Amino acid sequence: MKTDQIVNLSRRRFVAGSAVSLAGLTLGIIPTVAAEQREAGPGIAGQAPETAGDFSPNAFLRIDGDGIVTVISKHLEMGQGTYTGMATLVAEELDADWEKVRVEGAPADAGRYNNLFWGKAQGTGGSTAIANSWKQMRKAGAAARQMLVQAAAKEWQVEAGEIKVKSGVISHAPSGRQTGFGELAERAAEQPVPESVTLKDPKSFSLIGQRVPRKDSPEKINGQAIFTQDVKLPGMLTAVVLHPPRLGATVSKVDSKSALAVKGVREVIQIPSGVAVVADDFWQAKLGRDALSVSWDESKAFSKSSAQILDDYRQLAEKPGLVARTEGDGAAALASTDDAIEADYSVPFLSHSAMEPMNCVVRIDEAGCEVWNGEQMQTSDQYQIAGLLGLEPHQVHINMLYAGGSFGRRANPAADYLLETVHIAKALKPGTPLKMVWTREDDTHAGYYRPLYLHRMRAALNDQGEPHVWDQRIVGQSILKGTPFESVMVKDGVDMTSVEGAANLPYEIKHIQVDLHSPELPVPVLWWRAVGSTHTAFAVECFIDELAVKAGQDPLAYRRKLLRNHARHLGVLNLAAEKAGWGEPMGRNRGQGIAVHESFNSYVAQVVEVSVRRNVISVDRVVIAVDCGVAVNPDVVVAQMEGGMGFGLSATLLSELTFRQGRVEQSNFTDYRILRIDQMPEVEVHIVASAEAPTGVGEPATPVIAPAVANAVFAATGKRLRQLPLRLG
Amino acid sequence: MLNLSINGKRHALDLDPQTPLLWAIRDHVGLTGTKYSCGIAQCGSCTVYLDGAPVRACITPVSDAVGKQVTTIEGLSSPAGQAVQAAWRELEVVQCGYCQSGQIMSAASLLQRIRKPTDADIDQAMQGNLCRCATYARIRQAIKVAADKLNGVQS
Repeated sequence: MKTDQIVNLSRRRFVAGSAVSLAGLTLGIIPTVAAEQREAGPGIAGQAPETAGDFSPNAFLRIDGDGIVTVISKHLEMGQGTYTGMATLVAEELDADWEKVRVEGAPADAGRYNNLFWGKAQGTGGSTAIANSWKQMRKAGAAARQMLVQAAAKEWQVEAGEIKVKSGVISHAPSGRQTGFGELAERAAEQPVPESVTLKDPKSFSLIGQRVPRKDSPEKINGQAIFTQDVKLPGMLTAVVLHPPRLGATVSKVDSKSALAVKGVREVIQIPSGVAVVADDFWQAKLGRDALSVSWDESKAFSKSSAQILDDYRQLAEKPGLVARTEGDGAAALASTDDAIEADYSVPFLSHSAMEPMNCVVRIDEAGCEVWNGEQMQTSDQYQIAGLLGLEPHQVHINMLYAGGSFGRRANPAADYLLETVHIAKALKPGTPLKMVWTREDDTHAGYYRPLYLHRMRAALNDQGEPHVWDQRIVGQSILKGTPFESVMVKDGVDMTSVEGAANLPYEIKHIQVDLHSPELPVPVLWWRAVGSTHTAFAVECFIDELAVKAGQDPLAYRRKLLRNHARHLGVLNLAAEKAGWGEPMGRNRGQGIAVHESFNSYVAQVVEVSVRRNVISVDRVVIAVDCGVAVNPDVVVAQMEGGMGFGLSATLLSELTFRQGRVEQSNFTDYRILRIDQMPEVEVHIVASAEAPTGVGEPATPVIAPAVANAVFAATGKRLRQLPLRLG
Repeated sequence: MLNLSINGKRHALDLDPQTPLLWAIRDHVGLTGTKYSCGIAQCGSCTVYLDGAPVRACITPVSDAVGKQVTTIEGLSSPAGQAVQAAWRELEVVQCGYCQSGQIMSAASLLQRIRKPTDADIDQAMQGNLCRCATYARIRQAIKVAADKLNGVQS
């Protein structure tokens, strides 16, 4: 706490967009920014009317005269519950009435709203929202509470120490006085900002740890929530873009006559990523695109097929790669064994396929560029857009809207769909608002996939059947190479996101080697919910199961032995096994499988039950145990476990994006299949009680399901499936 | 001019009759609760009612809606609809929320037809509605909670 400097920016001249970067809490008055953005459009931060008496103690909350507490979320709400989480942290220390708390998305401003784990960048990803905000948001709430108490003490001429705050009511028992936040908001703003604050003892939490209602639910069930797709601005035009049929193909000739003849079509604009058709509304733009005639130069286009890529990777796996981890004699230890066990595991390219296809709204004028979007990486997007337009990053204003799912797709360092929108908008009359919309087919074809990966696993067992050598060779594209993240997250050529979940193998093994090949391909790749763990957990947790079988030991007992020094792994493993009834007879064509994995500093174990009939795998039941430190909202944690698992189950059973001679073979939900309700298993979630600081919950359930199901299929059928999606027969 | 009745309100739209009802509702009437996601009736995000029966608005020509009552999520007010929305809140079904208008429309329609749906009924009625956040377990449970409430009210 001593290192925190709390500054009330209302006492300085606050310049919108100025970089005020402090280690912890940043106090600042919101109105300057809010007032100028208020006229901008729907869904913006600072939209609520403000009066002079409004209390804005800092950048993260505002208290209006009517007692409404507005929490400003620096993190994107894309389904993971972050708006509710941010509000819970603030409201807990403020002792606010939950019913009177609302949430707004923060404008893009790394100075005030940076992710504390990401240096000076604002962004939401890597399951860090609650973890990095855990103390920051509580301090904001505590500072505001203290200012309200000071104001009350002055007003009532009583000792501040005798004043109590509970559920939005400030009271002084000896004098019998009490009041709400609204009545004191104006006076509180005049109080000195506390230099330090004392956070509550967790024993006295009244909101943290409780199932408080989500703040985004009401407007998401009555159709009122505004996503990018729903933004409508006066004079707005809509663009649909024709992309090349293959990666790397370029436009050789455009005949726009028929497109321009379509009613409502205004312009046809060639941009670096294809040809845009701009019209009064979406359907006209889409008809215009249908009528467009473009010939492509495909001489330099990508021409490989997925099967060929996998073959190339198998060849590459013959040779040593860059070492990500070595213990004992590493790979050399294998040379002295003559009974090595070896297996290849592979996973395909995957599309994020959020229900809201990528889209963006921008307006460019002399003052800069205004963006309406639900996006995960505001700061890097500001830089990208500013770079394209020759602006300063602070001239790019981003209004944070809800995202209809993202799963990493709206966190692209290359800012692909944003720049596409800007390219079109800058060809229009200045000041024209433009909405760019991808169709589902565009979204499936446009790239930035979870990369295809191959894992070559080799191990040798000692006399007790335990592995004494473990060798994992990983082959797949680097997500971070060539991005601004490379300098931080690629070490000695090893992309940390390629080896996470493998290089930190928790099993007790004497000789370990993990190495990596990062072949280059023109296929654009990106993080996809749980990133590296989506493939490393599959390879590791299936292969350890293979070793248990080879040793003739129970897969749970085998893991327990090898995890003897990893209490948190063991905690979730044992909890899931106990709740699931591990080892109970399953009957014919049925089997149980187990897997455990750490990602984003959280620990998840899953026990699944599957049935196999006529080569069709059905997942009947999944029992999940999670250790994520303090569960700020246990029901949101449960929801993320259920949904994260379900997201992973799509990739386990159904989804696969393939190239055939450079063309993506899938286009819509007919052939890029995702889980439907009849395929969703019965699921139960158990949270390990913990006093540790909170860690990630959005991603950690996703990577565990594929190996758990594959292991269960083995138990049911004796067939070891090593390729995703899992297919029998 | 096409004359439409949406949520009990009249709208005269100057549109090509083949324009999908979805885009008429979203871009011309300005009701954005009905969502676009696949465009080919594979995901159910655009589910609306025509004279009370659910249709996928993305493949329904706007001309099909002329002379019929169109109901969107904004106008859902039947007892089944209200019970479903209440259950959705009680069970905190929603995550990103983008598909939920369609889920709720399909669920309310199911309860309109079947008073006490079985799991198989739920599978059949809801398998056309995709949810990438995989909120399916809660959707199933919420439909049952809503059914119980409705039956309680009716009995």
